[in-house]
Order: sequence, then C-alpha cells, then structure tokens
Amino acid sequence: MAVVQTRNLTKVFKQGEQGAVNDVNLEGHEGEFLVFLGPSGSGKTTLLRMIAGLETPTAGEILIGGRVVNDLSPRERRIAMVFQSYALYPHLTVYKNIAFPLKAQKVPKHTHKEKVGWAASLLGINHLLQRKPRELSGGERQRVALARAIVREPSVFLLDEPLSNLDAKLRASAREELERFHRRIGTTTIYVTHDQVEAMAMGDRIVVLHKGYVRQIGSPTEVYDDPADTFVATFLGSPPMNLIEDTEVIVGFRPEHFRVAEAITDTHKIPLKFRVENIEYLGADWILSGLLVGGRFDGKKAVSRLLFGHEFEIGKTYDFAVPERRLKFFDRNTEKKVEARTLAWQ
Amino acid sequence: MRKLTGGKVGGKVLLWAILIVFVVALAFPFYWMVITTFKQNSDLYDLNSNPFIFNAKPTLDHLKFLFGQTMFVRWLENTALVGVIVVAVTLLLSIPAAYALTRLTGRWGQRLGVVIFLTYLIPPTLLFIPLSRVISILGLQDTIWSVAVVDPSFTVPFSIWLLMGFFKSIPRELEDAAMVDGLTRFGAFVKMVVPISTSGILTVVIFTFTLVTQEFVYALTFISTESNQMVGVGIPIFLIRGDVYYWGSLMAACLIASLPIAFLYNLFLDRFIAGFTVGAVKG
Amino acid sequence: MAMNPLQNSETTEAEGNGAASAAALPKKPKWSKIKSAGTAQSPLLGALMFAPAVLYLALIIGGPFVLAVLYAFSDVRIGSTGMHYVGLENFRSIIQSPSFITSLKNSFIFTFFSQVIVIVGSTILAVALEKKFRGRGLVRFLILLPWVAPISLGAIGWKWILDSLYSVINWVLVAVHLYKPFSAPMWLGEPHLAMASVILVQSWRLLPFSTVIMLAGLTAIPKEIPEAAAIDGAGFWRTLFQVNIPMMLPIINVAVLFGIIFTFTDMTVVYILTQGGPFDSTQVLPSYAYFTGILGSDLAAGSAVSLFLVPLLVAIAYFMLRVAHRAEVV
Repeated sequence: MAVVQTRNLTKVFKQGEQGAVNDVNLEGHEGEFLVFLGPSGSGKTTLLRMIAGLETPTAGEILIGGRVVNDLSPRERRIAMVFQSYALYPHLTVYKNIAFPLKAQKVPKHTHKEKVGWAASLLGINHLLQRKPRELSGGERQRVALARAIVREPSVFLLDEPLSNLDAKLRASAREELERFHRRIGTTTIYVTHDQVEAMAMGDRIVVLHKGYVRQIGSPTEVYDDPADTFVATFLGSPPMNLIEDTEVIVGFRPEHFRVAEAITDTHKIPLKFRVENIEYLGADWILSGLLVGGRFDGKKAVSRLLFGHEFEIGKTYDFAVPERRLKFFDRNTEKKVEARTLAWQ
Repeated sequence: MRKLTGGKVGGKVLLWAILIVFVVALAFPFYWMVITTFKQNSDLYDLNSNPFIFNAKPTLDHLKFLFGQTMFVRWLENTALVGVIVVAVTLLLSIPAAYALTRLTGRWGQRLGVVIFLTYLIPPTLLFIPLSRVISILGLQDTIWSVAVVDPSFTVPFSIWLLMGFFKSIPRELEDAAMVDGLTRFGAFVKMVVPISTSGILTVVIFTFTLVTQEFVYALTFISTESNQMVGVGIPIFLIRGDVYYWGSLMAACLIASLPIAFLYNLFLDRFIAGFTVGAVKG
Repeated sequence: MAMNPLQNSETTEAEGNGAASAAALPKKPKWSKIKSAGTAQSPLLGALMFAPAVLYLALIIGGPFVLAVLYAFSDVRIGSTGMHYVGLENFRSIIQSPSFITSLKNSFIFTFFSQVIVIVGSTILAVALEKKFRGRGLVRFLILLPWVAPISLGAIGWKWILDSLYSVINWVLVAVHLYKPFSAPMWLGEPHLAMASVILVQSWRLLPFSTVIMLAGLTAIPKEIPEAAAIDGAGFWRTLFQVNIPMMLPIINVAVLFGIIFTFTDMTVVYILTQGGPFDSTQVLPSYAYFTGILGSDLAAGSAVSLFLVPLLVAIAYFMLRVAHRAEVV
C-alpha cells in the first residue's frame, strides 16, 4: 500500500490552450478510497492516467509511496488499473486474462494457478475461468477486470468510471460490490467518476475537479455541507443547491433545507415566501420549483425538496423558510466561500 | 523531462531502419525508372559507367520517342476511357445491389451476398478462354469495348462488399425519418443514403479505376491491334520491337502511366482506408 | 469505427437481421400517403435493385464458367466451328504432361513463399507505420507505389533492374567485389534464381495492399487494451505478439485469403518477367493455361488446365473460412 501524491501537476495537450490538468496538489491517505469527481472535460481522467503513467505530465511531480515516479513506466509503478471498458483481452480466457500480469511480470509459473485462484475466489468468479470475455455479462466482466487488477497485489488501484458502461439497474449492485471489495482488500484506491451519487456513496474523500483545477478536497460531509465554491455547491446534491445572487454575495441553500416555515424547528430561520410553479412527484420525494416572493429575493427562482407534498398547489404562495445556519455565502466575483453574514431579508 | 532510455533510442533507430529498408525496396524501381528515362542510351548501355549518376547529360530523347513514335498516348486514352466506363457501370450495378443486400433482403440476401463474393474463386485466368469466344461472337473482338464489358466482373463483387459495409453503418432511422416525411423507400435511398455515402462511393471509384488500369489478361487476350490496346498491355507488347528493348522509352512509359494514378490514389488514401476498415471490420 | 469487442450492443445484433428491426419499427400512421414499399423489408424492391448485378455476373462469370467446363471436355480450338465431346481426354493428357506438373508445383511454391514474405513484411511495416511521425505521409505514398502502379509496368521495371547485362543490382554487387564482372547472377536466366525473382516481384507488388489491411486491423484494436497490457507489465514485444497480433488474426486471415487467391490466379508477373522460362521453371498454372490455350490455340486444353484452379481455390477458401470462424475474436 502506498500514498499517492501530486505536486503542481499540470498537463497541457496543445500549446497555448487551456491545460487539461492545472497545478494539482493532492496527498492521498493510505488505504483510502479517493474519488476524482467532475464533469466531462474536468481533467479527472487525464489526472488518473498521469498517475498511471499513460500520459506524461507537462509539469509537476507524481509520487507513489514517497518516491517520484515521473520517469517510471506503468509497470514499474506497481499500480493496477480498471478501465471504463474493462479492456479485457478478448482472445484469452478469463483465467489467462487474470494470469497475464503474472506472466508479464515474470512471476514464477508454478505460482500462477494459486494466485489466479485466490483472485478469482475473492471475486466469486471461479466458475467463469474457462470462458471468454464475450460470453460474460457486464457485471461479470467488471469482476474479471478487478481480479486481473488484484492478482499482482498492487500498491494502488486506479479505476476509470468502471460503472458507466453498466445498465442503471446493475450499477447499484456493482457499486456495492466495489465497496465491499475495497473493504476486504484495503488497497489505496483512486476512483474517477462524473456521478456525484457514486462519489458520495463510495468515497472516503472526494477531489472535486473543474476545467482541470481542483475546487475542493474533502470528505463527503465536507464537500456537501461546506462547499468551497459555487461549483462544488451545485455539482454535489440533486437537485442542486439554490443560488441567489445578491449585491456582494451569492446566497445558497439546499432544496432539502428549504421547507414550510412551520416544519422547521430551528429558532433562527429566514422566512421566504414561495410561489409554487411546478410540482414533481418522485415517489420518495417531492420537488417543488417556483419563485420567491417579496423581500430581498423577490422574483428569484428556487427549488424545494420535501417528503410530503400532496397539499401544495401550483400558483399558490406559501410561507417557506431556511434555517439560518444552513445558509451558505459565496463571494459574487470569485464564487468562493465566504464568511456567513447577516442580511436584511425583508 | 523524461529521460531517454537506451531502449527508447534503440527503438527509434530500429524503426527508422525498418522504414528505410521497406521504402527503398518498394520505391526503388520507380526511382530507377526516373533515372533511366532521362539517361542517354550511350550512358545507359555502358557497362563501365556508374548507373546511379548521369555520366552524360540527361536527355529527353526517350520521351520524344515515346510520345512521337509510339501509340503510347493512344493507349493512355483507351485506358482512361475504359476506366471511366467501367467505373460508371460498376457504380450503377453495385450501389443498388449493396443497398438491397444491406436493407431489403434479410437472410437470403445475405447468403446471396456471400455467393457473389465467391465469384472471386472463378478467376479471369480461367474465364479468359471462354470469354474470348464470347467476345468474338459478340463482335467486340479487338475493340476497347471488349474490356469495358468484361472488367466489371471483378470490380463489382468487391465494390458491393465495400458498400455493404458502408451502408450498414448508416442508421436506419435516417431513412425511416425520410419515409415518414413522405419519400418512398427508393426515394429515401436516392436522396438520403447515396449522398451520405460519398466516402464509400469515392473509395469504390478509386479502387475500381486502379483495378482497370492493372488488368492484364483480358486486354492481352481480347485485343490485338496496337491502336486499340490498353496501356498495361501495350507497353510490354509493343514497345519491345523484335527482341530489342527500348529501355529508356519503356521506363518513361511505365513512369508516366504509374505516377498520376499514384498521386490520385494517395489523395484519397485516407478515405480508402476508412472505407476499407468499415467494410472489413464491420462486415 | 474502432471495434469495441466488449460492447454488448444491440445494434450489431439487430443490424444484420432485418426481421428484428422490422419488428422494432413503428406502425405506419393511417393518415400517411406514403407509397413506400412497406416499413418491413421490401423483397421485391430489393430483388429489383439487386437483379442487374446478379444478371451481369451470371452472364459474364456464370455463363463462361459453364462454357469453360464444356471446353475442357471437348476438342475445341481457336477457329474451330464445332465442338465434340472427348470425355476426360484433355485431363488425361495434361496430367501426363511434365509442363503441367511443373506448373502445378510452381504455382504452390510461388504462392506459398510470396504469401509468407508478404504477411511477415506487411505486419512489420504496419507496426512501424502505426504511430505518427514526421514524413509519414511521404513514406505512405512511396510504399503504396507498387500496388497502385499497373503491375505489368512495375514488372517491366524489375525486368530492367534484373537484366542479364545491365542489372543495377549486379553492378552494385560487382562494385563491392562480391562478384567478378560478368559472373554476377543471371536473375531471370537461371531456373532457381528466376523463381526467386518472380516470388520477390509478386511479394513486392502485394506488400502495400496487405500493409493497408494490417494497418486497418491494428488501428481497430481499442487503445485501452495495449494500455492495460502496459499496466499489467507487458513490454513492447510481449504486447505485440501476445495481444496485438492475436487480436489481428481475423484480418490477417482476410489478407492471407485475398493474397492466396490473387497470387494463385495471376499470370502477369510471370508473363512479363520470364514468360514461364527458363525451361518452365517459373511456369505457373494461369500462364500455362494462357500459353496452351491462346498461343497454342488449344482452347480445350487451356480450359482444362485453368479448371484445376477452381477446386484448389475452393479448398483453400473453405479452409481459411473455417480457421476464421474458429479464431473468432469477437
């Protein structure tokens, strides 16, 4: 196991253009499940590939286990990677797929069977060893990819959006399997995804990336409850945080904290009248969207998420409120988090 | 900065060595044609002189001879004309056929497609004998039309195969949308599918044209008069008078007949590879 | 364009099977005045569009093929008016003719060795050409020349290069003192050398096309697979031989099949370079058929000779298709 660090890591693909990865500094913790989260184009995959050794950094350093690995080939870094498409060798059986890294690293032949068996048992695919990849389902392929990754006992696991090729239904169970897998193995894992639900569910810490820059690094609680800027605030959480522009600041509050005033027990709460324009019933929740009426934020759009929404009607105005402690403030120009302040609300 | 390891440098050297060997082996004959074309006969046939340099002044004599005293230009014209005709015929036959096989005929159509391709197992070097009879019966003996009529037999199957690959990659929804908008099936084919397939069609055109210029056995068998011959057969047969080889003019002729096609081919090469890949990989 | 062999895509399944997509299409709206041939397949329209090609091929290939078979069993000559059935006479005399046996043997040698050279050479060249480098466009142009130029002309070029007196190769060999003057090899005059020469020229001619096919196969490999191999610890050679080439096998198969059929049935190189000589040492079946049938005026015998091509080709094609089927990678 090892700690992954990057210092001022930058990657520019085309000279003169915006870098894909800009000046990224991060320090992993041993054994943690670290998530690189961001929309497409945020640089998360490029960052991962540089750590893997598949892309050369334009500037900066990558360290694994304390040594600078910039000049090391992927094989020399003792990492394992699971690709989005799993990249299983289609012409080899599952057994040979898993054994391939052992062969390539010249591990003594007589140990192969044992190691492959161990990896296969870990992932419950012993019965698939003689099949070819094209005969496997998506979930099975993921397990083979993981087995192939684990068989060398690498120091770091890198996973590049391994769930995005799976059907929605399968994704949840595959995700759970990955979490269990990580708990069993305990190897430091870096996981790339654009899905914030995955990030929140799986990550010990999340690195939020946007346009090649790190916006925030923190635990799920930290990035969700204490976002560093408006991007993080709106990227995590669905529906996204309400952001209202004021003169000097942007005020934010999450839909689940924006409820009927009576239902909020906090003593300090900000009253906001809310005219409902649209109601969506999602089964477990209700999403109400509409406009704020009167006061400082008259006419601004807002969204509320409630457990019970039957009695609301479109076009009617209700007395909603947000607990004061749930308000977030961001500088209007830099969009970064700033100190809480009191504003006149009426 | 990644330091260059010994392995990396060695790899590059090996790469360039391989490339040089292959390029020389493949392109040398054409370089040699260029040199020979412009060398004076006295220089050419002097065993003691270095063949790689011009020991006497370069000359245009061979070219003058080729263009002035042989039917070379006529052969080029014949070949170009036949090429155009065969391309047209091939397109007319294979585009609808490929479309039909891809979209309209289901399983038996696919089987028929395989059968069409099996025609390559009956080669020109088998058919040329009976065809020579057929051609003379049709009265096309010793005309360029003999070749024009017969050549599509080896261009059409391959073109169908290539185009099938192309058509397969066009989503059906496009034609469905066109039909909902009011076109007939055939109309959708003509107005939607064909224009999109220009890449594939271009590939077929290039490939067909080069196949025609390469053709040897049919032209050799069907055509005997010098003025009606194709360039591929005319040069070896008629530029060798008696046992005398006019190497200077021969090389000039080979060069001139080869290079324009090569340039054209190279222009469209990427399209060709794309077309071939689509056909080969998906087909 | 690049194959993702692991994609469980329904489109590739539905594509080839028209019935499935017919079921997937929506019902025609009643108000539509579309005079289409139906949203399902249109066998009639299909047959109509297909017919010209089929008719043409039946006329130009099917008919003459039958004619060739008839000729082989007859006594027809150039200029003869009638045709009489002679049974297996032609075949009997051919099989006993030493020229024929030699031609048959030479055809195999010619095809086998040229194909080996072509496959190995084009694979090496494709691997070298895969990555971009400066000048790749020019290299590509030069490499394609043998394929693009009419083969008879390229062969004439080689004839000059291999000329008994003025061969530039011999000049170089003499110049570096590997041979004494006038004792350098007679490339086209000495039987074994002549065979080697025609094999080399045929390989020279086919290499570019094969390279293009190999390149297509190589670039069709999803780039994540060699990357996975790199991460797994495979170096260049292991990746090449244990990952890339095995994944290219279907396309290598196609290239070999093409090459064999093409070479086996081609007479141009032999005709131009050696006319089958010296003493039949480079005579191959197609050229022998030509000399017998057209130059020798014996259409019947010529047909019989070239008919031998068919069972051989069918056998080879069948074999290769079986291999292809078994080596299915996707």
